[in-house]
Amino acid sequence: MEGNVTEHRGTPSVIDRYFTRWYKTDLKGKPCEDHCILQHSNRICVITLAESHPIIQKEKKIQSVNYQISAGCSRLQNKVSGKSKRGGQFLTELAPLCRITCTDGEEYTIFSCIRGRLLEVNEDILTRPSLLLEKPSTDGYIAVILPKFEESKSVTDGLLSRAEYEEVVSKRTAVKPEPC
Amino acid sequence: MRKIASKDLGMLPLKEKDRPIVRALLSAGCCARCILRFCCIGLQSAYRQSYEDLMNELQTFVSAGGCGKSHDVADHEHTEDPPCKRVKLDTVEGDTEVVPHAQAESDLDTAEPKVCVVCLGVLQHFCDKTFAKKVSEAVTAEGYQFDSLVLSVSLPAQLSVREHSTWLLVKKEVREKGLCLGKDDVIQVKEAFKWIMNGLVSQELCVPVLAKSLFEVSVGFTHPETDGDCHFLATTCSDCFKPAKNKQSVFTRMAVVKALEKITDENFRRQFPCPPKCPTTRCTAQDIQCLHVSVFVAGRYNKFSRTLPQTPWVIDGERRMESSVEELITAPLLSAFRSEGFNFSSSGREDVDVRTLGNGRPFAVELLNPHRSQFSKEEVRELQEAINKSSDKIRVRDLQIVTRDAVGHMKEGEEEKTKSYGALIWTQRPIEKEDIEFIKDIKELKIAQKTPLRVLHRRPLAVRQRVIHTMTARFLDAHHFHLHLRTQAGTYIKEFVHGDFGRTRPNLCDLMKTDTDILELDVESVDVDWPPAVGD
Repeated sequence: MEGNVTEHRGTPSVIDRYFTRWYKTDLKGKPCEDHCILQHSNRICVITLAESHPIIQKEKKIQSVNYQISAGCSRLQNKVSGKSKRGGQFLTELAPLCRITCTDGEEYTIFSCIRGRLLEVNEDILTRPSLLLEKPSTDGYIAVILPKFEESKSVTDGLLSRAEYEEVVSKRTAVKPEPC
Repeated sequence: MRKIASKDLGMLPLKEKDRPIVRALLSAGCCARCILRFCCIGLQSAYRQSYEDLMNELQTFVSAGGCGKSHDVADHEHTEDPPCKRVKLDTVEGDTEVVPHAQAESDLDTAEPKVCVVCLGVLQHFCDKTFAKKVSEAVTAEGYQFDSLVLSVSLPAQLSVREHSTWLLVKKEVREKGLCLGKDDVIQVKEAFKWIMNGLVSQELCVPVLAKSLFEVSVGFTHPETDGDCHFLATTCSDCFKPAKNKQSVFTRMAVVKALEKITDENFRRQFPCPPKCPTTRCTAQDIQCLHVSVFVAGRYNKFSRTLPQTPWVIDGERRMESSVEELITAPLLSAFRSEGFNFSSSGREDVDVRTLGNGRPFAVELLNPHRSQFSKEEVRELQEAINKSSDKIRVRDLQIVTRDAVGHMKEGEEEKTKSYGALIWTQRPIEKEDIEFIKDIKELKIAQKTPLRVLHRRPLAVRQRVIHTMTARFLDAHHFHLHLRTQAGTYIKEFVHGDFGRTRPNLCDLMKTDTDILELDVESVDVDWPPAVGD
């Protein structure tokens, strides 16, 4: 069973039960800046850091998380209303969601990875950035995005499956003994 | 409505002052029953006479007028507007070659009456025993159980236009004779139709035909030839004719009636012949439609399966899971009530993998257009048994027939009620008995739940405050315990346990200080006290 190797349990986890894992590696050409997209069977997507992301791999200490991606645009301003989620910001694949600054001075930008309407961002990581390291694929999520109904199948076309992602990561290890 | 008049005028309660109206309507091409209507005759038996007798009587009445007749007609001609005159001549031309007056009147004697310019034949050709038989046979063939019925008629919208045109003609006569009759005093086509047909249909079907009944038989008429009659109104009163989604034409009866109320007599006369043009065909009767009002059946259900959805589960047009609670309950009801469809509703719902135990969940089924609607208590009990025998995945109790209003109780206070649950919990960290003892001390725990991701695609995003009244935990092994919860209805239990990406706070992970997950969930009670228990 995939994904629950670290959890000693006989049953699939919440993510295994309801979500499909998709990945995008080396975002914007930056090595190892991998993202994980959890797609629920109801088409909703949760954007998270992949386990191979430098922040997690190098167990970096996070100084701040900033959803203000430009002078005029903050993801914190995003508001949706009604069943149809009117008013949410519409994101394309390479729309930045937030910037994470680490105590070593490194800054990482997290991207949408998929087209869709921004439903919510995770305000908990503003006050508890450590969640990104402790629970990167659940409580440390970055954002929730709702793809268009007609794009719910095609939205993951450019992404890697779990198996493909694992292959990419294992090849990295083969090329360089010290990854990233 | 008027009382019966003097004997010398025969069976009909017509008075001297009606004579010019009758004469004008006869020459306009009105049928005998429409003439009675425009004379505001409220005597129902007058309409029930055979069409031929009625026509003969009217002609006798007109001839009995003597010298006044020719004078009246001549007078009529002089005052008539030119377009109307032309129309009148046209209609006569259709029948005979020449158009002198005397001959036009003699046409009225011909055996096959011309189609009425107002009712387009509805009161001429569809108001007899033959049509009553046709209606009754159609009803009988449907096999409904009913002890009374209401007859409803739907007429082509242009009938109102023709009625209005004819009324303008009558109004002129009325005004000249100083009579105080209004358009509202004219007997409606529908009313006259029912006066004649109610009794005839009642005789055929041997049940009373009433003004109100649970069982409705609808007769509809169309007349394509004159559908264009309404069109001029669209330019005059464009605001009355707005396209609506489920309407085939903007010229609905209501819209036409509204437009006719607005248009001035002068404007109407300019655009529509008065009297109306003579049609060459009669109305067509559409298929007889039968409709019995819905019957509501309520009860409570248990669901014992973790692979049974409450309602059919369809994704991208493909069926997931082979059955559903709804189908298991409604299949025997549909066949017993011989109903055409149903609406299933319940006090909340459970997920496919959740069982509903205890007293069960209240539900109600609206059975649409049931062909059978009367069941004794014993028969309802047998129905319940049939449902319960059909599957061991569900069980139904307290099955009963209820009123439409009573179904409202089920949805009332859905949010305020308490629900009890049992859950099998997994913990990541190994636990001992003592680690879960604190749980029973937590009372009235307020939690904030963001709309769960699992339903967020179809519900608005919101944070909802919910209360967990009490919890008790029973130790099972190092990674499992059983949790019993009593919560405010509307609490998402699964999300409270696993936290839903931290979107429910506090959650059981927070309380236990380790990851927790929910492996099984049962609804143990839905505290809605409706429907009432049914005794044995």
